[in-house]
Amino acid sequence: MSISVQNLTKIYGPQKALDSVTFEVNKGEVVGFLGPNGAGKSTTMKILCCFISQDEGVAEVCGMNTVENSLDVRRKLGYLPEHNPLYHEMYVVEFLNICAGFYGIKNKRKRISEVIELTGLQREQHKKIHALSRGFKQRVGLAQAILHDPEVLILDEPTSGLDPNQIVEIRSLIKTLGEEKTVLFSSHIMQEVEAICNRVLILDKGKLVMDSPISDIQKGGKGQFAALRILFLNALTLDEVKNINGVVEAKKVSQKEWLIKGLEKEGEDFRQQVFLHCAKNDTVILEMNQISASMEEVFRELTRDKN
Amino acid sequence: MISVYLKELNSFFSSLIGYLAIVVFLLMTGLFLFVFPETSLLHQPFATLEPLFSIAPLIFVFLIPAITMRSISEELSNNTFELIATKPLKTSDILLGKFFAAASLVIFAILPTLLYYYTVYQLGAPVGNVDSGAIWGSFLGLVFLGMVFTSIGILASSLTKNQIVAFLLAAFLCFFMHYGLHYLSSLPVFYGQMEWVLQSIGIDHHYASISRGIVDSRVVVYFFSITVFFLGLAHFNIQQRK
Repeated sequence: MSISVQNLTKIYGPQKALDSVTFEVNKGEVVGFLGPNGAGKSTTMKILCCFISQDEGVAEVCGMNTVENSLDVRRKLGYLPEHNPLYHEMYVVEFLNICAGFYGIKNKRKRISEVIELTGLQREQHKKIHALSRGFKQRVGLAQAILHDPEVLILDEPTSGLDPNQIVEIRSLIKTLGEEKTVLFSSHIMQEVEAICNRVLILDKGKLVMDSPISDIQKGGKGQFAALRILFLNALTLDEVKNINGVVEAKKVSQKEWLIKGLEKEGEDFRQQVFLHCAKNDTVILEMNQISASMEEVFRELTRDKN
Repeated sequence: MISVYLKELNSFFSSLIGYLAIVVFLLMTGLFLFVFPETSLLHQPFATLEPLFSIAPLIFVFLIPAITMRSISEELSNNTFELIATKPLKTSDILLGKFFAAASLVIFAILPTLLYYYTVYQLGAPVGNVDSGAIWGSFLGLVFLGMVFTSIGILASSLTKNQIVAFLLAAFLCFFMHYGLHYLSSLPVFYGQMEWVLQSIGIDHHYASISRGIVDSRVVVYFFSITVFFLGLAHFNIQQRK
């Protein structure tokens, strides 16, 4: 088990930043960490990186406790903090050299040139960090995170603030790294998570609201929400549509066409529920399409304000 | 610890800070020793470095906080503290690395003043007629003083993200520890036992003692323990942030 988190709770003043969060990440998995701002993603990551300590619960990295074996955990772990803080007045190589010193890496020069090549910083290596573009700064941040060849990589919003080309580059870099390492990364961009991850964790207001493989979500969510677009023969009123079994939400497209969302019963297809209901009431359906739930919809469904 | 030390030293000398601190210190002591008539060596009947050792603490009260103010504050405000704190380094490694780097810079600033000793040595009549013991004692005292002020500066810097606040806090604490307690002790309220207690907590008393050229073990213990005390506070403060 690369990362194991049990009942993690962190309280800031009157606010529970994390409310008994439990999850595990296996070796070699690439896991996306989603959630609105302030959901507790960064807090979880900071706890895993031993930067802050939790109020309750246990966090383990590679089987080692982040509080008791904090130094060993930090040796096994590469961390790219949010906003990518770097020593801007240093040269790229100088900075990596200093980081290598922190890890006590033996063959510094060789390893640094390997990492520079891996992150594509060859042309920028003799520039000062503040002179680099944002995308290259991000690469420097990634370079320092993988310098000591860690088993686990924790990346806090690695692609935020980059232009589309840079995003694609950084993503493919993460994907390459994910082939050998366990990666936990947070993001706001759903497509990104869909593109890189095997699994997704969604946090909302400090609670873990979803933990499932990407493929399940793309199927429309197992036992979760399903969305249909239906064309009826006759015009229907909102109440009539809402009366259909299991419908939670209905949106009118035109008099006869409706977008409906509903909860699926265990082991039953939502389409079946709708069909049977309509057949019983002699409501004729001309067309029925399932709208595959995108990550974005699932995300909004799970994290919107219920009040 | 060594990696942090090297990084800090590197940052002093790859920017102007290191050179500027040394130049300012030498320029000021130089002016007092050789130019300003009231304190100038050349106008004194004795071959002594007394003006250097009485003015240096005052310069240190401002100079050392200026050197240390950024050491942790800047890392806190740039979030690079998160970078360094998630490396496999103990809090004490980070603190000691920063402390020794700043203390080294202070020693680098003091070193060239050994030339002043040579000057006075040559000015003595006959040549070499100086109280060498007192001078060496004073140099040692100056190094100890720099050490204590540096630990105060590191503590102040660990307390805030704002470098100016860190500077002012450190300057005040240095002033208070060196001069403040000494002057306070002469208040009538503290007459008697307390007067002595306050004086022996203050730095001035010990600095004066070592300046006479006698290296008393109690004085050495005092300087080291007060340094450890302030660094300990800084350590506690950083641990609290977690």
